[in-house]
Amino acid sequence: MNDLTPFGRAALLAFAALLLAVPWIASGYVLSVSIICLYLAYMGQAWNLMLGFAGLLSIGHALFVGLGAYTSGYLFTKLGVPPAVGVVAAVAVAMAMGSIIGYLGFRFAIGGVYFALLTIAFSEFVRILLDHAKFLGGTEGMFLPVSQESRRGVDLVNLRGSTEMYYYVILALAAGAFLMCRALLNGRVGYYWRAIRDNPEAAEAVGVDIFRFRMYAVLLSSGMAGVAGVFYAFYYNNLFPEQVLGIERSIEVTLAPIVGGVGTLFGPIFGAFILTPMGELLTEAVEGFKQSGLIAKNVKTDGVKLMFWGLAVALIVLLKPKGLWPWVCERLRLVKPPGQRG
Amino acid sequence: MAMLDVQGLSKSFRGLRAVSDVTFAVPEKGIVALIGPNGAGKTTCFNLIAGALAPDAGSVRLAGADITGRRADKVCDAGIGRTFQLVKPFQDLTVLENVTVGALHKHDGVAAAKRDAARILEMLELGDKRHMHAANLTLPDRKRLEVARALATQPKLLLLDEVMAGLRPTETDRIVAVLQRLRAETGITILLIEHVMRAVMALSDHVIVLHHGEKISEGTPEKVTKDPAVLECYLGEGAV
Repeated sequence: MNDLTPFGRAALLAFAALLLAVPWIASGYVLSVSIICLYLAYMGQAWNLMLGFAGLLSIGHALFVGLGAYTSGYLFTKLGVPPAVGVVAAVAVAMAMGSIIGYLGFRFAIGGVYFALLTIAFSEFVRILLDHAKFLGGTEGMFLPVSQESRRGVDLVNLRGSTEMYYYVILALAAGAFLMCRALLNGRVGYYWRAIRDNPEAAEAVGVDIFRFRMYAVLLSSGMAGVAGVFYAFYYNNLFPEQVLGIERSIEVTLAPIVGGVGTLFGPIFGAFILTPMGELLTEAVEGFKQSGLIAKNVKTDGVKLMFWGLAVALIVLLKPKGLWPWVCERLRLVKPPGQRG
Repeated sequence: MAMLDVQGLSKSFRGLRAVSDVTFAVPEKGIVALIGPNGAGKTTCFNLIAGALAPDAGSVRLAGADITGRRADKVCDAGIGRTFQLVKPFQDLTVLENVTVGALHKHDGVAAAKRDAARILEMLELGDKRHMHAANLTLPDRKRLEVARALATQPKLLLLDEVMAGLRPTETDRIVAVLQRLRAETGITILLIEHVMRAVMALSDHVIVLHHGEKISEGTPEKVTKDPAVLECYLGEGAV
């Protein structure tokens, strides 16, 4: 807050108030889109922690989400363990996988793009494994039981309730992730991460144990994704390996931070709130054109959102490689220049 | 006991002996210069001492403790700070943040580390540039930033790799004065690689000359600059 100009502070408070008020002012459809926004903001924060802070590119974050989802889903359906408890196991499993990938990558100095390939390889490997895991439903999917009356109340232990409840849960997660990342970035670990990101050799020369701090980044990020997996499982209530762990899921979580600004704290949130509504509007518009006959009814238009996202990322990389958020910040004077901070 | 004691240090790259059986010592509070023509093995020698490379043979002792072949961050823990000849700033961090990363080595809190970093920047006359991004600094400033970052770890021994290269004579004299003051105030020991003879002559009490990876001479600056073997390696055979 100290770094914000008075206008920036007002804008942040207005945004926070708007987020809190969404369930009162918005319809079911807008609420659902808002949940997706916040989910991608949360996942964007987790992914950005690795690439933006510590310089580690992952294109396999759906793996950690999937492990969290399947772990909590299995514990709930087969053993009756509520998600409030299952989340601990979900995070543990996601972190265990993160530590395996991290250990292999950092112990054998697999850097940059090759580390990203490692994350893809593990993600695909587990997806195929899940396809054949009959006790987890395999390709037929895992279904979490949900009754009509549970759709009304608020049961945080079992993560059962109205859409409004899910909205506030994911809002709390996104806000918590933002605050946590902010604290980390301004602390010792944040300085070390950014030093490793910018120059590992120089970081090591000033005494930074780069293996250890890279592992911290992967463990935290995978654990956060594991929590997202629990939310995913109990919000959608059906899990298919292809849908949860497909590579497009991993790519999807990278879009908001790339558009908003890799390495910035607010970029993932900003990017999610730009991309998701625009994608949804586009889908709606195309549907509308189909209804009114502007586009023939038999034309397949499923990919239109993905095309838009691809175009958005290409434009960002070409025109604003640091993302939209730093540019917006500067334009609207939301943040004080470094010389005027306390 | 010497602050730094290097015995029989050797390193080959694909059969090429970059550093060959090099032995020397740096006394406590001493300023020793490592000189030699390009490709003499000076920077490799630094990398072997600082843990960026592991030696094939030989040993490195810091204040009596064996640190041979330790990883760079462990060497820093032991008390060696180093700069890089090809500067390696943290590009997206400000000058102050760059030095703060170094200061965090001895400070637990970021606030205290920042204060210490600001103090060191003042000493190296980078204080007014502390909010600039390291990527936007001129080369001489980046060289000074390297020194500031290494100093922030509060080392017992400072390894400086050509920090005066590209500086004007007046700037060189200023850095020389800073380093002399530093030794007087903190009792730090310095080993430096330097081509700028003006700085070597003014600073060092002892000079070691490497050529083709081997030590060919050592002694006081006056003695070494008159050594025929040294003149020959710099100026070529027959020039003496």
